[in-house]
Order: sequence, then C-alpha cells, then structure tokens
Amino acid sequence: MNILKGLSKESVLGLIALVLTIGMCIIAPGFLSQQNISNMLFQIPEFGLIALGMMVVIVTGGINLSITYSAALSGVAIAIMQSHGYSILISILVGLVVGLLCGFINGFIVSKIGVSAILVTLGTMTLFEGVILTITKGNSISGFSEAYSLIGNGYYMGLVPLSLLIFVIFAVLTAILMNKSKWGRNVYMLGSNPIATLFSGVNTNKVLMGVYLYSALLAAVASIIMTSRYNMAKVDLGSSYLLQSVSAAVLGGTDIQGGYGKVMGTIYAVIIFQVLSSGLNLLEVPRSIVGIIMGAILILVLILNFVKAKVDEKSQKKAQQETLVA
Amino acid sequence: MSKYILQMNHISKTFPGVKALDNVKLEIEPGEVHALIGENGAGKSTLIKILAGIYDADPGAEFYFEGREADIKKPIDATLKGISIIYQDLSLFPNLSVAENIFIGRDSNSNSLKKVNWKHIEEIAESALKELDVQIDLNLPVEKLSIAQQQLIEIARALAFEAKLIVMDEPTSSLSAGEVEKLYKVINNLKQKGISIIFVSHKLKELFTVSDRFTVLRDGKYVGTYESKELNEDKLINLMVGRQVLYEKNKGGIQIGQTVFEVKCLSKEGNFKDISFELKQGEVIGITGLMGSGRTELAQAIFGINTPVTGEIKINGESVTIKSSEDAVKKGIAYIPESRKTQGLILEQSIINNISLPVLKTLRNAFGLISRKKEVDLANHYIKTLDVRPALPNLKTGKMSGGNQQKVVIGKWLSTKPKLLIIDEPTNGIDIGAKTEIHKLLRKLASEGMGVIVISSELPEVLAVSDRIIVMRHGRIAGELAIEEATQENIMNYALLGSKVSKENKNQGKGKVIVESGVSM
Repeated sequence: MNILKGLSKESVLGLIALVLTIGMCIIAPGFLSQQNISNMLFQIPEFGLIALGMMVVIVTGGINLSITYSAALSGVAIAIMQSHGYSILISILVGLVVGLLCGFINGFIVSKIGVSAILVTLGTMTLFEGVILTITKGNSISGFSEAYSLIGNGYYMGLVPLSLLIFVIFAVLTAILMNKSKWGRNVYMLGSNPIATLFSGVNTNKVLMGVYLYSALLAAVASIIMTSRYNMAKVDLGSSYLLQSVSAAVLGGTDIQGGYGKVMGTIYAVIIFQVLSSGLNLLEVPRSIVGIIMGAILILVLILNFVKAKVDEKSQKKAQQETLVA
Repeated sequence: MSKYILQMNHISKTFPGVKALDNVKLEIEPGEVHALIGENGAGKSTLIKILAGIYDADPGAEFYFEGREADIKKPIDATLKGISIIYQDLSLFPNLSVAENIFIGRDSNSNSLKKVNWKHIEEIAESALKELDVQIDLNLPVEKLSIAQQQLIEIARALAFEAKLIVMDEPTSSLSAGEVEKLYKVINNLKQKGISIIFVSHKLKELFTVSDRFTVLRDGKYVGTYESKELNEDKLINLMVGRQVLYEKNKGGIQIGQTVFEVKCLSKEGNFKDISFELKQGEVIGITGLMGSGRTELAQAIFGINTPVTGEIKINGESVTIKSSEDAVKKGIAYIPESRKTQGLILEQSIINNISLPVLKTLRNAFGLISRKKEVDLANHYIKTLDVRPALPNLKTGKMSGGNQQKVVIGKWLSTKPKLLIIDEPTNGIDIGAKTEIHKLLRKLASEGMGVIVISSELPEVLAVSDRIIVMRHGRIAGELAIEEATQENIMNYALLGSKVSKENKNQGKGKVIVESGVSM
C-alpha cells in the first residue's frame, strides 16, 4: 500500500496495464506476434473513442446509454450516402451531422427539460435503434469505396495504423478541452455540484449541451473507423462497447457520481481490457471464463481505488492537523 | 443517588494531532434546560457525539447517566437509555409517514419477520404527539411537513423512546419567529414532565429566554457552568471568546454618492410584489423580514436565477435585462447565497477552482486555455487579502471551517469586480470573531464604492452593517428605516405587523414578548 501512496489513481492503473502487458508477453504464446499486436492496435481506437465519449458524460454525473446506437446511426448514414455515390468527404460530414443531431436531442432533453440522463438516453437508445431498423430493415449496408476502407485498415507511413493516429489526436484534444478549456473546467464543476455552478454565473445548460454534443462527436468518429474496418454498417455496430465503455470509464477512475475523471485513466483502462481479452484469447481461455476474469478484475480495481482514497484521506487529514498544531 | 441525571467528568478526546476536548465537564439536572455554548470549534459537537455514542472519549473519562455508569458504545445504546439527539439537519425518512418516523428503531430487537402491527405503531405515535400537544396527520409523509413540524416529529420520536434527556442542536436556525415561540412552549412542556434538555445554539438572546443554566466551552476546554441569572449577553460572550466582542450598531452619517443600483416595481407572482428601492454609492442596504417574506426570492430574481420578473432593474442608471445568472455576472452583479455548502461553494473542489469559476474567461492565456499561473495567483491574492486559513490554495473547500469557507465565497465574488454585491445571511453558522471580520469587510467594500445589499434575519447584524434597512413582509416592502431611527423593536414591528407604530395600545405587551425572543427572525 505504501508504494502506491504517492501515486495518482491514473499512475496506478498505468502500472497495472504495464504489468499485465509484460505478464501476457511472458505467458501468452504469440502475444508479441505481428498479427496480435496489429489486432490490438486496430481494436483500441474504436473502443477508446467510445469510452472517452462515455467518460465525458459520466463526469457530469450522467450516463450516455445511446452512445453506440448514435454511432451506428452515423455509420448507417455514411453507408447510405456512399452507396448512393456521394464522395467520402460529403458522406463523412453527413455522418457527423447525424451523430451531432443525436447528441443534440440528448442534450436538449437533459439540459433544457431536466430529465435525468439515464432515462433520456435509455429512451433515445431505443429510439435510434428503431430508426436504424426502419431504414435498414435489419440488414447490414455495405458498398463503401476502396479509399474509405483505408481509414480503418490503413497505415500512416506504413507503420502506425491510421485509426490509432485518429484516436491519439482525439484523445489529446479531449485532454486539452477537459483540463485546460473553460468549458472543460465547467464540466468538472457542474459534475461536482450543479447548483453551486449555476450560482457562480455559469450557463449550465450550455455546458451540458456541449457535453452531449462532444460525446456524440466521438461516437461518430468511432463509427467512421468501425464502418471502414468492417466494410458495413448495421444496427448493432459497436453495441458490445456500450457497457464496456462504462466499465472502462469507471475502471479508469471516473467518479460515477460526477466531478472526476481523466482521459489518461480511461485510456489505461481500455488498454487493460484489450490486453486481457487478447491475451486470454491466445491462452485459449473460454469466452465465458474471460468474462469472469474481467469482472473480477474490475471489482478488484474499484475496491483498490476505494481503499486507496480512504488511506490518502486519512494521511492528508493527519498531515493537515500536524501543520495546524505546529 | 446524585442530583444530576447526567454527569460527564474528565472528558477528553484526542484526534490525531489535535486535542478536541481537554478535561471537560457537563452536569445536567433533571427537568432543566441547559445551554451548551462556545464558538465554532470549541468542542460542543465533539462532546455531543461522545454523549450520543458516535465517538469514544479518551480513557479516564467519567460518564454517569441516572447515577449509573453509562456504557454507551454505539448510538442505539444512548437511545435505549433515554438520550435522544435532534441534529440540526434532522434525520427523518422523508417518504415514510409521521407514524412510521416516530416509531422507527423502537422495535429493533423484535423478530424482523413478524407481521407489522400498524395499530400499535399508530397508538404510540398518537400518544407521543398528544404529549407534545400537537396535531399532525399520522399518515402524511414527512416530506410534506414544514421544517418546524418535522422537528416536532423528532421530538415526538424522542418521547416515544421515553427519552429522559434530549439534545437539540441549533433547533431554531430554520424556524420563523412564530414557530420558535411554539418550540419554546413544547420545551416548557417537556420540562414540566421532568425531561432535561441540552440546547445548542448560536443565538444568545434565545438562550437566555429558554435556558436555566449554561455550560461554556472554549477551545476544547471547560470554562464553567453558570446560572442563567448570573449572566448577561456581554458576560457570556466574554466567557466564550475570552475577549470583549459585540457588534456595535452602525453610526451612519456616511457620504452618499449617486445611485448605483435601482429596482422599480419589481414583481414575481407568488414571491414578491412592487419592490422599488435605490442603492447609493457608499451605502449598505440591509434587507430583513421573517422567513418567507420574499427576501431571498427577491435577491435570486435580481441575480437571474428566480425568473422571469416584471418591473425594471437599473445599474448605474442604465436599464438591464437579466435572464440568467450568466447575464447577472456580466452586468456586474454578485450574489452570495444563504446556503454556503450547497449553493455557494463546490465542496469537492479546491480553493483555486472555486475562486476562479466565475472569472475563467479572464484567466486565459494566448491559446485561449486556462492559465494555471493566473489562476493560482488570483486564489493566492484573495487568500492573502481576506486572511483565509489554512492558506493552502489546493485544499478542498469542504475541509475548511465555516468562516473560512465564507471568505472563499467572498473572494470568488470579489474576483468578478462586481458593481453590486448581494450577500444573503452573510454569517450564518460562523463564529463571532469571523462574523465581525466579515461585517467590517462589507463596510469597507461599500466605502470603496461597491453597492452592497445585506440580507439577514439576525437583527443585531442588520443594525451593525446597514445604513438603511428595508423590512419585507408577505412579499412587499413593509417599511424603510434610516440607521439612525432603526431599533430591533421598530424593525420587528414592521416585519410582524407591517407598520412602524408598535401596536402597544392595541396589543399591549404582545409585540414586546416576541421582540425579546426574536433577536433572530
């Protein structure tokens, strides 16, 4: 425990991710093979983008249960545009607009009308799913151009996957926005105490609207990568990431009640999930057992975080009292 | 058997690095109202928590209840022995009915699978309320009751537990004058039954009205126990702080400049009606009135949170529309709300983040991002000028004392360089030393040209800081008094009766009784 004392939650997670990766390199045959590494590098961006989109909403004390369905809707829009012969650029723009529209609906109902986020996004999740099913009749849509598939499958300078590069750019952008911009600061303040934030002259409606728009934007970018990688769009595009992204955000240290959450923590959590799932797969652990292991690790880390917070608080209190006495 | 129902001797409590209580003594007679008093941090709450079984005292303590050694290890032990604590923020179950709330916990040892005997529950609740001589529908959920009624439910619950000693922590802090009167009646009633009461409050005059004896604590040490007769307010304050501090009435006669702020016929349906007044440069206006008179609603309307309103608001002669708190801040209005912990501060966040929140826009660097350095400098500036302690800019504000928290809120709003500062209950729950400091600061800000409006229910405070006093009643301005003519009595007359003439001839004595108990409204 003592070794962990001085470290932030995020650094502890980083260490865990590192230890896990080294461990898997040793025990999992073929973990370092080119194929496995490239598999992992191609999967991290889409999951990571959705997890960041989820984290931003959780920091406000909300949750976005419609995130993967708004992504799927963006994907379907892009697919339809392309199959009708529109250029990649136009198609992507339309996809982004559709995604932002989804975010706007969530943001409007949550901020202006004031319905709780879990209910609103539960509703829009079903709504978006219904819209997609109406459009696609449950089929998958393909017909993407060759060039489009490069986004999800291509390499930059023949070495770094293009999708990974996109992810890194958006991760850095998110970190800057959250930590350094006025909007980001307001997001944390609002997540800690919305009333006091409103009483400080902050337009909390606007801040919340921004959060849902940004979450939808990240989802739409993830959907560009996914549709390009799988060469199709359908109703359950990325839907397995829905609850996983909540897990990743929370594992990454985001306070489910709002007010705290870091980009780096979420990314470490995504890496942990990815390394575990690839490693266990290579070890030929059955999928069902993988679920048990992942769940157990999630719970373990959450307990560890909780205990660490308690210990830190105690030692801080002690230090404070000592300075007061002295 | 000794003559005391409760005897606590040699009580000490050491927290890591801090001695919260040092050899303290508390003795309570049967059927007395005993005031426990001291500044914030004097150790009152720690002592009560030991009594309640929440903390253990350090070894060496002597703790007798009803002549026997009290073996209180956890809260339920205290309750079962007949010690009931009524905390300031009450601890009722809002969704449960009155009867359930009174009964809850009583049956904790019986078989939990046994069928609930509703009739029995109602009988107990009814008899407890009868003892208090109050009538409240037993089936109503507690959340539908007023704070005063909820408090009575807590007292009824104590009676249902056959309490012999009831501790009331700041019981009048959210009651109106009429409700306070009723509470005094209930307390008298309990006394008659031989129940002892420990009364914790910051309102000195009130304590003299109800208490038989006083125990004074200072800095965790026992100062003494006194008969009510041997004390007066000055003496009591002396004992509490060890130095003479009492607010003096403001003398008035300041230089007044031009009008900085003006409202004309401001109305909001159901809140307030036809409010008009002017604030001149250099003066402080005090707004007072009973709870529910519309003071806070008016302030929040000016600050753009309680909207929409009809009427006109003018700043420096210019008519402005304020639709949100964002507008208000842009127009140079600052509002320090009455609830510091929920509206004024973000307790989970640092001093820096709290102070910079309304002015983030001005703290940006060349890239449009927040400059950490500017932010830290700003926080340090106000920590220094307002003497915030501890002077740790990264400290979470939830870990500070009330007085220092209030200084952080004040710093946060001074950073916006407001033209008008409205401060609602500026010293609620703050100890006397810090109170006078805040009063001085408000006077100084006004003399430097800021428009200052102080809303307060504490009349001595209103008299200490204001140059002019506006009294509200039922959402309207009942009267306006220059400081020279204002007294607690005529303010009370306006607040209660709506006119300056005390109705002595009509209602002899009645107004006076209320005034005596009504230092704070």
